[in-house]
Order: sequence, then structure tokens, then C-alpha cells
Amino acid sequence: MSRAIQTLLARRDLLYMITWREIRIKYKQSVMGMLWAVLMPAVIVSAGVVVRIGFSMVSGRSLAVADVASVAVRAVPWAFFVSSIRFATMSLVANSTLVTKVSLPREVFPIAAMLSQLMDFAVASLVLVVVLAVMQVGLSWELLWLPWLILILVVLTTGLGILLSAVSLFFRDVKYLVEVIITFAIFFTPVFYEARMFDRWATILMLNPVAPLLEGFADVVVRHTQPSLPWVGYSAVCALAVLAGAVAVFRRLEPYFAESV
Amino acid sequence: MSDISLRLDGVYKKFRKGELYDSLRDLVPALGKRFLRRGPAADTLSAREFWALQDVTFDVRRGEAFGVIGSNGAGKSTILKLLSGIMPPTRGTVQVHGRLSALIEVSAGFHPDLTGRENIYLNGTILGMTRAEIRRRFDAIVAFSGLEDFLDTPVKRYSSGMFARLGFSVAVHVEPEILIVDEVLSVGDYLFQQKCLERMNEIMASDATVIFVSHNLRAVAGLCARSLLLDHGRIVQIGATNEVIKAYLTRGHHARTLEPGTDIRITQVSLGPAGSSRVKFEAEEQLDITVEAAARIPHEDMSVVIQIVDDNQYPVFDTCTQRLGAGPLSIGAGETLTCTFRLQLRLAEGTYHVNAYLHRYVTNRAYERWLSAATFFVAGTPTMRGVAHLAPSLVRCDKPTPVAALAAVASANSI
Repeated sequence: MSRAIQTLLARRDLLYMITWREIRIKYKQSVMGMLWAVLMPAVIVSAGVVVRIGFSMVSGRSLAVADVASVAVRAVPWAFFVSSIRFATMSLVANSTLVTKVSLPREVFPIAAMLSQLMDFAVASLVLVVVLAVMQVGLSWELLWLPWLILILVVLTTGLGILLSAVSLFFRDVKYLVEVIITFAIFFTPVFYEARMFDRWATILMLNPVAPLLEGFADVVVRHTQPSLPWVGYSAVCALAVLAGAVAVFRRLEPYFAESV
Repeated sequence: MSDISLRLDGVYKKFRKGELYDSLRDLVPALGKRFLRRGPAADTLSAREFWALQDVTFDVRRGEAFGVIGSNGAGKSTILKLLSGIMPPTRGTVQVHGRLSALIEVSAGFHPDLTGRENIYLNGTILGMTRAEIRRRFDAIVAFSGLEDFLDTPVKRYSSGMFARLGFSVAVHVEPEILIVDEVLSVGDYLFQQKCLERMNEIMASDATVIFVSHNLRAVAGLCARSLLLDHGRIVQIGATNEVIKAYLTRGHHARTLEPGTDIRITQVSLGPAGSSRVKFEAEEQLDITVEAAARIPHEDMSVVIQIVDDNQYPVFDTCTQRLGAGPLSIGAGETLTCTFRLQLRLAEGTYHVNAYLHRYVTNRAYERWLSAATFFVAGTPTMRGVAHLAPSLVRCDKPTPVAALAAVASANSI
């Protein structure tokens, strides 16, 4: 792990340029450009709002502004997570010429994939701030939890991205598997709904390490309460374990990349 | 740090012929083994594997220029990939001391949608420079490429020559301690190639180690004092480049046999006295080329053709028994035919190959041919370049003398 970090620090300019390339390429020759960064989460938020309207019609309880805000606050990080995983999984295969022909630390590809999505996340978050301000969600000291929640999410995403990129280089099946899982994951992750709506099943939902983070975002930003520390701690431990495991697997498989891609 | 900049010690490299796994039944045990680090013993081959390199050991001193030659598939590129760390050896060790840069696939890092300027930065970092270094050398890189006017054009609009030039310009500015060069000098036009050669000489003068891989024997002989000859993944010879090149040229040029199923065959093409293995000749020397053929069934109305081609397979010269007045030749079952041609080698310095053919006398259709049946090279006479040896001499070369009318104009301009 420490060797991986050393190599990356030594080649940080490479990481910077590859990330920059991903961002630049994504919106080149597209009319809407960076608007896409906002549009994707916006679609998820709209879908979530529709779902919540459905919920409220069934339960007879009217839909509060806070509920809509809560969906929006969960959807933006979720969009970041999903697109990072999707993008990172393909990152090594997409750069196979560089993998087979140039000697460089290959971790930069999944990490750059994640960083380029982080940029979109930042843009979408700025828009979200404006929307929340209009909704008069308000401020509180609990917002200081935000950087930590984001950091845990980034670590978890990076770990999964590194792992999936390496494995999908050997088995293209992984790409389809990932597609299926992230398409359906939104049903098992508290994005459109809140985990506590499920009473005693909530614990099972929270075992998904992304769930406590999304709950945390909503708690901190919308409800202005402290996030559930045991669950956030659980996510943090999961994230670090995934990252450490992913780096170990990546290191073990890396020698075979060039001849297996 | 020692004086050695590269060392390969007992290196083996195994490759797979087909896909990694055919079915889940192969996959699960294979994965288990891989993660437990047991795997099949490294020195055994399964049915679908082959050795790309076997027992390769050599080292290169710092500041040395070292050549690697061999036919296609000999393992040259595999050695380069091991040296640059793209893949590990199956067995043995590879040691590299110093910043290594490979002039292989110099355009691999380009993205077609980005502009020339953007790609210089992108490719530069991929090849191991920092952004500050690139910024410092940016003007030199651009000047080297000669693409000043197209820096803000996406490289997908570049011609393939421009593309290669830009890639090369970035790569030669990496300032490595060890430089790996693989058939580079085929990039761009003549002027650009000259620039590349100059730049390589500069890099070599800066005490960098150079590994030069090429089919261009003349270029290897010109750059490298010591070379390595590979054949089917094994080292055939290491030593002085001239000796190694000789071994390369004579290897494989042994006699052929009349195999079952062939009606007629050219069995031997030898240079000089029969059976000699001489490959180096002086310009204007007399060269005897002897062609031997054997037949299983009788053939009539034949002529023997020899053709000499240069290193780029460009025909330099050909002649045949018919044109030399021999008339139709015939050969009976189980007989051998021998023809000796005598040539004056009025050729310039370079490597040449002999192709031999058996033609039908009337229709000129080939019964049998043997391309590159023999190879020789002609030692340099520094007075000329090209293919033909036209025996130049200087008859007149006057000192410039002033022309009255022009001298008046020149002095008027200078006032």
C-alpha cells in the first residue's frame, strides 16, 4: 500500500494529466458540455421525487419539502458512486494500448476515472447548494461532517474501482455484471427512500456500506442531526478494507496485465 | 551504483498461444493456483504455451550502445518489454539502473481529440516527464517536430507522418539514462530522420546507455560496438557487432534438401568458392555465385536466374543463363545441376541479398525460387552513397572567382 502511494506521488503529474484528459474528452464535441454533469443527477433526483410522490399517495401523508431535499442530497453522491464504478471498471481495458506498450503505474487509470467523476460531483453539488438554498434547508454545524462522509465515499469508490478495473481486464464478464448490479442497486440502497422506513429490516439495508453514507448526507444536510456514528464508522472500516484489499489484488495481478488484456 | 546499467540473468519468458481460459472448468482451478502462488512449475510448458525467451543472460555497461538483432519472432520485442518493465520474466531477473525511456510506440499516449499542444503534455507525462520539465522543453519539442502551425489542431486531423513526428519529438526530449530504440529511423521524411539521428548521437554523447533494436544492420553496425544475436528466443552470439552480423547473415543459409513431395529444388546458393561462407566483400571485387539444383522428376527448358536486391528488397541487378547465352537447360530425375555466375561487385557499401529462381525457358514462369538464399555485405568506400558503384573521381573543382557584374551589385547592396 505504501509503495503504491509512493509511486503515485512520484507520478502525480501523470495522474493529473490522465484525469484532465478524461474530463476534457468527455465533454469535447458535445453541445451541452458540463451541463451533463448536472443533468445525470437531476434525472435521478426527478425519478426519486416521482417515487416519493407515489409513496405519499399510498401512505396518505403529504410530501414535505424536506423529503424532496433528502432525495436530492442522496441522489447526487449516488450518481457519483455509480458513474465512477462504471467508468473505473472499464478504465484499464479502455487504455489497453498504454497498458501493453508503455511502462507506467497502472493504478492511475481507475483513480483518474474516479477523479474525473469527482469533478462532475463537484459541479452537481454546486447546483445542489443553490437548489437547497432556494428550498431554505438552512445551515448548521453538523455540515462539518460532510468532508468526512465524502472522504469515506471517495475511498470506498476508489477501492472498488481499482479492484473491478483489474478483474475486468481478465474477465470481460465483470463489465456486464457491474452493469446489472448498479442498475438494480438503487432498489437496495436508500436513495429514493430512507432506511428507517423499513423498521427492523433497516439493519440489513445499512450493511451496504454506501447506505450509512447516504443516510449521513441526508441527516447532516437536511435534518441537521449528527449521522449515526457506529454506521458511519462501519462504512469507513469497509472502505479502508476494500481499498487495502483492492490494492493488494491489483499489485498481484499487475504483472499479468500486458499479456492478458 | 555499479557500472552496469542493464542486466538480464537467466531470463525465461513464456507466452500462451490461445486465450487464457476456455471454460469455467479451467478457470476455477487456475485462479486458485494463481492466488496461492503455486501454479505449474515455471520451467514446464503446457501444450498451449511456448518460450519467447530462453536462458537469456547479458549485461550492458553504462554509456554503451548495444545492438539486438534477429529475425521476426526471435524475441527482440519481448526483451524490450521486459527491460521497460511492461511485463515480468517467467524466470530469472531483470535489473535496470537508471531512468529508462523506450522509443517504442511513441504515439501510444496520444488522444485523437486533443490538440497537438495538449498531447505534448499528455504524452510527455505518460513517458515519465513532469509538467514542469515539459514546460521547460516545450519550445524545443515543438521546434523539433516542425509543427508550429498545427499546435492547436486536434491530432486526429494530422497526417500519419505528422502524428509520428510529434510522438517522436516528445520522446526524444525525455533525457533518459537508458534509451531503448526500436526501428525508429523509419519515421518521417529524410530530413526528420537526420534530425533523429543527430538527437540520438546527442543522447549517446550525454553518457546514456542505448539499446538499439533493428533489422537495419547497417544502422546497428554504425551505432553499436557490441551486439546480441537472438534466434527463437535463445542467444546465438554476443560480441563485436561485425562478428554478430556475420553470424546473422550466414545463419540459415545452409544447404536445403530435396524433400519428399517436391519435384525440383534449389539446394544450395554459395558465394565465392563452393561451400565458402564468406559474407564480406570489397567493392569491385570479383564474386562467384554458385546455384545448385536437384530434381526428382525430369525438367526441361529451364534457365537459372539470380537477382540481387538491396536491404529494402529493391532489385539492384538480375541476370540469367538464358540471357548469358546458355540456351535451355534440362535436368533428369535424381540429377544435380550446378551453375556458377561471375560478377564484378560494382556496388556501394551496404547489405545485399541473392534471390535464385528456376524459370521455364520460354514463358519465364518460375518452377522454383529461393528468396534471400544468400546475403553478403559490401565494405564501405566513403566516397559514395547509394547502390551503384560508379567509380567516381574528381576531375575539376575550381576556387570561386568573382563575376564582375554581380560583384558590383553586391557592393552596391552593402552600402
